[in-house]
Amino acid sequence: MNLILVIITAALVNNVVLSQFYGLCPFLGVSKQLKTAAGMGAAVVFVVTVSSAICALLYQFVLFPLGFDYLKTIVFIVVIAALVQLVEMVLKKMSRGLYVALGVYLPLITTNCCVLGAVLTNVQNEYDFITSVCSGFGASLGFALSIVLMAGVREKIAHNTVTRSFQGMPVVLLSACLMAIAFYGFRGLV
Amino acid sequence: MNKPLERIVNGVIKENPTLVLMLGMCPTLAVTTSAINGVGMGVSTMCVLIMSNLLISALRKVIPGGVRMPAYIVIVASFVTIVEMLMHAYVTSLYDSLGVYIPLIVVNCIILGRAEAYASKNPVVPSIFDGVGMGLGFTLSLTVIGSIRELFGAGTLFGFQVMPEIYTPVSILVLAPGAFLVLAVLSAIQNKLKLPSATNVPHEELACGGNCARCTGSACAVNHMKLAEAKAEEAKRLQEERKAKAAAKKEGEHK
Repeated sequence: MNLILVIITAALVNNVVLSQFYGLCPFLGVSKQLKTAAGMGAAVVFVVTVSSAICALLYQFVLFPLGFDYLKTIVFIVVIAALVQLVEMVLKKMSRGLYVALGVYLPLITTNCCVLGAVLTNVQNEYDFITSVCSGFGASLGFALSIVLMAGVREKIAHNTVTRSFQGMPVVLLSACLMAIAFYGFRGLV
Repeated sequence: MNKPLERIVNGVIKENPTLVLMLGMCPTLAVTTSAINGVGMGVSTMCVLIMSNLLISALRKVIPGGVRMPAYIVIVASFVTIVEMLMHAYVTSLYDSLGVYIPLIVVNCIILGRAEAYASKNPVVPSIFDGVGMGLGFTLSLTVIGSIRELFGAGTLFGFQVMPEIYTPVSILVLAPGAFLVLAVLSAIQNKLKLPSATNVPHEELACGGNCARCTGSACAVNHMKLAEAKAEEAKRLQEERKAKAAAKKEGEHK
């Protein structure tokens, strides 16, 4: 029950994009089409969940006991970069279909603050292993949800005329603002 | 114009990382709840940017091309850790209010973008000034956004009461949605005044124009998709040709 609460909190109440501002670059960049947005979201869910598991183990059993926790940023980013490469190679060998679906987006995820942000938040909140994995999964689910919603909104915007000065980025940011207000309503949940 | 000055002008005005290139959006929107936070974030990013540009440019002939990205990330992460520890020691209140966003400087696209687009191809001195220019541009835009949000959202500026007592603060501006709202209005004003902005900067034939400084990751995805589509079409065409040939051959045999 507690774990479900963690997932809901991470996905809706503390939505990574709309209230924490992690992963805004892909949120604004890859949300032009519903299909690509869904692919990006799925890839992020995959990588964030796996990397929060590995980083939680690493922090709990290696970095913290040895007193190296000040090195966490360097270690985590290297782990994430290596993991993304590894996942790409494994997928290529094991599951062709999943590789074709996610392959394009995997290399872009290394510099997505969503991954490092989720992992660092877990460490900061001193979550144990299971809670870290759930919170990482919830956070990435929130990312996938908001990027897919945004893509839907942008596909609708594309068919409408927008005031000249608001064309392009401004109207996208305005829609993000309205979505953020809507997600603010989830604050009352927990 | 001499080189250092040109780099600084380029960073602050022509290719302002926040308002023109729209890079590094997460710190831009997350920490600008007040002007002082904006300045703090900007200055710490600038320090990391200058140092990493310096080191990457100095090592540009040593780092092999295949592993350059991991190497850059490790260099940037080391400097970020140093800055984080210094801030923890000397400006604890700022360190507390910036929180997790200090280690997140590592994945700021501006730093890796400049390393890839400029520092890895140019000598040390221009690279340092490129870092100074980009850092100043980033700091200035963060300070502007932070000031606007603090002034209208809380009625203060750098912690001092500015607005008269009678003014009711629009508190949504210091909350998460306000960040998007302020940036949307700012870039709409840029468009209205025909200043360079993310919307009207010319885009080349390739989605990214081969310019990694402008890459938000989106362009690569689009390029990959275009390439994949072209390949699929080519394969389809080949298959059809083969089929047609086979059919023609069969007909010939019948005759």
